[in-house]
Amino acid sequence: MLQTVSGSHAVGETQLAAYRFMLRARLLDDKFAALYRAGKIHGGVFLGRGQEALSAAIGVSLNKSDVFAPLIRDAAGRLAFGEPIIDAVRTYLGSALGPMRGRDGNVHRGRPLEGYLPMISHLGAMVSVVNGVLFARRMKGITGIVGVACLGEGATSTGAFHESLNQAAVEKLPLVLVVANNQFAYSTPTTSQFACADLANKATGYGVESHSLDGTDFSDCVETVGSAVARARAGHGPQLVIATLLRLCGHGEHDDAGYIAPELKNSALGRDCLKGAEEFLLKHKLADAAQLAVWRSEAIREIEEAVAQAQREPAPDPYEEKWSALSSEHLNELRTEA
Amino acid sequence: MSITYLEAIREAQAHALRDDPRVFIYGQDVGAFGGAFKATKNLQKEFPGRVLDSPISEDAMIGLAVGTAIEGMRPIIEMQFADFSTVAFNQIVNQASTLFWRTNVPCPITVRLPFGGTSGSGPFHSQCLEAIYAHYPGLVVLTPATVEDAYSMLLSAVAIDDPVIFCEHKFLYYHLKAEKLPSEALPIGKARIAREGRDLTIVTYSAMVHEALAAADELATEGWQVEVVDLRSIKPLDTDTVVASVARTGRLLCVGEAWPWGGVTAEVIARVSAESYGLLDAPPQRLNAKDTPVPYHPNLWAAHRPTARSVAAAARKLIRF
Repeated sequence: MLQTVSGSHAVGETQLAAYRFMLRARLLDDKFAALYRAGKIHGGVFLGRGQEALSAAIGVSLNKSDVFAPLIRDAAGRLAFGEPIIDAVRTYLGSALGPMRGRDGNVHRGRPLEGYLPMISHLGAMVSVVNGVLFARRMKGITGIVGVACLGEGATSTGAFHESLNQAAVEKLPLVLVVANNQFAYSTPTTSQFACADLANKATGYGVESHSLDGTDFSDCVETVGSAVARARAGHGPQLVIATLLRLCGHGEHDDAGYIAPELKNSALGRDCLKGAEEFLLKHKLADAAQLAVWRSEAIREIEEAVAQAQREPAPDPYEEKWSALSSEHLNELRTEA
Repeated sequence: MSITYLEAIREAQAHALRDDPRVFIYGQDVGAFGGAFKATKNLQKEFPGRVLDSPISEDAMIGLAVGTAIEGMRPIIEMQFADFSTVAFNQIVNQASTLFWRTNVPCPITVRLPFGGTSGSGPFHSQCLEAIYAHYPGLVVLTPATVEDAYSMLLSAVAIDDPVIFCEHKFLYYHLKAEKLPSEALPIGKARIAREGRDLTIVTYSAMVHEALAAADELATEGWQVEVVDLRSIKPLDTDTVVASVARTGRLLCVGEAWPWGGVTAEVIARVSAESYGLLDAPPQRLNAKDTPVPYHPNLWAAHRPTARSVAAAARKLIRF
């Protein structure tokens, strides 16, 4: 028997939606990897391969009015939260028409006024910003919303993680902190990252609820993330979600991940969640093979069209750039050399 | 009836809270306790739900402020001491200061830094951090030297649509007094001629303005007329007023309580030297704190930072060049 997540979807609808975002994210990531190898992308490319089920599960459990601070492996969650593919493509290709206008690139994108926060590179730093958005909305009397911040297991070692989770707990904010334990922070294994038996144990210390899930299991992702988000939305305070999975790629496309042992890749942790999701849909007769093929070709066409469009768009022009870091232009240092 | 520099800061916050429902205060001990220095005394009672205690988490305090700013609020964050803002450094210089440039969404937060040395405060409760924040694009850095400026510039800080580092000097908190609060003020980014003179320009800011004025009094008894420029704002820096003063005097001494390396005094001298070399009758000089941590004992502390006596000595040497 399938569980509905939000209650507003028919049985299986959430899983179907999640799968389609996973598929689009995987294909979008594959396209970025290809563009990177072809030298068409400046800077790094960071993929979410192996993390799509977790990320999509987050996105489909959120509403438009919620808050989302994704991290580098969250293409699926971003799409599910409502990011148009063209925003992702424009940011990677540096189009002046993208949300970051060539001023920031790749995974550093968002639309803050829509509750979609653009990450800075310093891990853990977005969590307290999510807290702030939730805090402000509470001051304005807005209820029933949730904020999700995504981290990897490496970020649990930062001071920012501690400060922000504690802050959310003290303020009883509807924060869901999702930690993707993908076994490696760049090349650092978990044995060098933390010494507790289970990252979920950390929740006890902060006085928050915890949820553990198998990030390679599509159905577990959808259900467990959905219930954590529902708990936060219902007023039970911050929720810590620990997902166990394996990064099925390098840290970025520049990294061959030679430090990941083949035994680990061949273990249950190395299962591809996208394949698992397809098996799930077929098994429960939510879709057939022909339907999956149609969705795949539709997604590929959508991605190719977005790339073709962004490639035709203007790059940022240094002579048109305002070069103003301040919103208050009258307070700019006028003597900065042009 | 008189009002202190510290009371002016409290009054400005009360004014901002009264005038603008988007304003709130968040910081350690700022609520019922009224703050370590009582800069928020009674404000929680006057403005329930808008003056809120934070855990000892400077990084998360600023992160939260940025989030509320995205939602249209105008937070005032009290760092208990400027020194502790280094724990929030990442959120200030990477999150708050880049938000507008990256996303076109303004980040109107005011970070109050009680800063500067007082006798007995030692290495971790005395620091002057204005230069390190001014180094980062996207921040406004204010350093009021008078009761009037403490009040009007804090009100301006809250009204500015960008992150403002508001450096309020602890040495001035209690002993600096004014008869009443000002009804008008110079705009942000405009320096003030604190004393007119024709023989030498001293450019300084914050508590050092008062040391420079005392030095100018001393030199006046020797027949020298020293002009004192109070920068008021470190970033933006009013180079025009500084250059105009140097055009009158031909001599420049920059005084700062901060450490010397790469600081505000170096910046002022670089600008004047580059833009107005021909106006100078002598090599521009600067006087800063010594390049060590701030000492605890009053004997050491008095020698560590510039004082009226050391400013006067440096001025004499420059006048006689």
